[in-house]
Amino acid sequence: MQQKDNNTDFEVRSLDAMCVNDEQVQTPSWHNIKYLIMGVLFGVVLIKSEVISWYRIQEMFRLQSFHMFGVIGSAVVVGALSVFLIKKLKIKSINGEEIILPTKSFSKGQIYGGLLFGFGWAMTGACPGPLFAQLGYGATTIIVTIVAAIIGTWVYGKFREQLPH
Amino acid sequence: MNIIEWIKQPWPWYVAGPIIGLMVPALLIFGNKTFGISSSLRHICAACIPTKVPFFQYDWKKEIWNLFFVFGVFLGGVLTALYFKDSASVVVNENLVHELSGYGITEINGLVPEQLFGWDQVGTLRGIILMIVGGFLVGFGTRYAGGCTSGHAIMGLSNLQLPSLIATISFMAGGFIMANVILPYILKL
Repeated sequence: MQQKDNNTDFEVRSLDAMCVNDEQVQTPSWHNIKYLIMGVLFGVVLIKSEVISWYRIQEMFRLQSFHMFGVIGSAVVVGALSVFLIKKLKIKSINGEEIILPTKSFSKGQIYGGLLFGFGWAMTGACPGPLFAQLGYGATTIIVTIVAAIIGTWVYGKFREQLPH
Repeated sequence: MNIIEWIKQPWPWYVAGPIIGLMVPALLIFGNKTFGISSSLRHICAACIPTKVPFFQYDWKKEIWNLFFVFGVFLGGVLTALYFKDSASVVVNENLVHELSGYGITEINGLVPEQLFGWDQVGTLRGIILMIVGGFLVGFGTRYAGGCTSGHAIMGLSNLQLPSLIATISFMAGGFIMANVILPYILKL
């Protein structure tokens, strides 16, 4: 029984697509600065490419502009090529760890949740990353949207057992 | 043209897309982390809303890198607003401008229309639907789907995961339905 209890955390987390590729090597907490720097770069790119623009999102969903399709498409091509090379050349992380990417399993949530997120994306003009960039850029009301998104996440967690997966 | 002037202009897709794509190997190589943003909302729940909900009973401190990344995205926004702001007006498709003017949205500027997302709109029915209901759907939907545009559409597709393709198609389908079928009624309010 004790063992099962210890495993609960892992069980819950493994059902989620994210947060499974834990770094095993312990690093000092100031090393997190590297993620902050990558985040800053990501934020600047999101804004300067207008990926976080409500107008660009509306154009995308009305097929009025190629811009967003070009951004996402070329990001996937570069990402896929990188993942291919990492696997092919067995590139290790800077801490010397083997990079193993999690495989995702199908759940109906990808359809139901995906559609619901799509609705929210077209309404707010932002997915989670852009929300934080918009707030930083000075669209202060977006704090309301972020709080609503946090509540949405919490409500999902609360009722996930009752939802079809 | 100096470099700052160049940075200030809107970047074309073929510059921005590849940089976003490079986030995938950068996170993998520098920290063995998979790219994904929406998990940060879950970590915030786990850290700030103490409850007995099992979905939030995990050691969020182990995932703190994700919160550093997201805080960086916020700082990136601040930095851009301070130093790289473009003074030129935004270029928006004529059909969209025409459609929006039909809903009384005539000031096309910035990244979000002030007439929809200003503080004076928070209390209106339209504002509540767009910001609060919309935000709720972003948080609820991404977690239900197990990821967002970064985790599924970019990271998942880069790793050739079929579930991520299903999720991405669903995101796009939801967006198309909302923007073309439902949103016009909301914007008319």
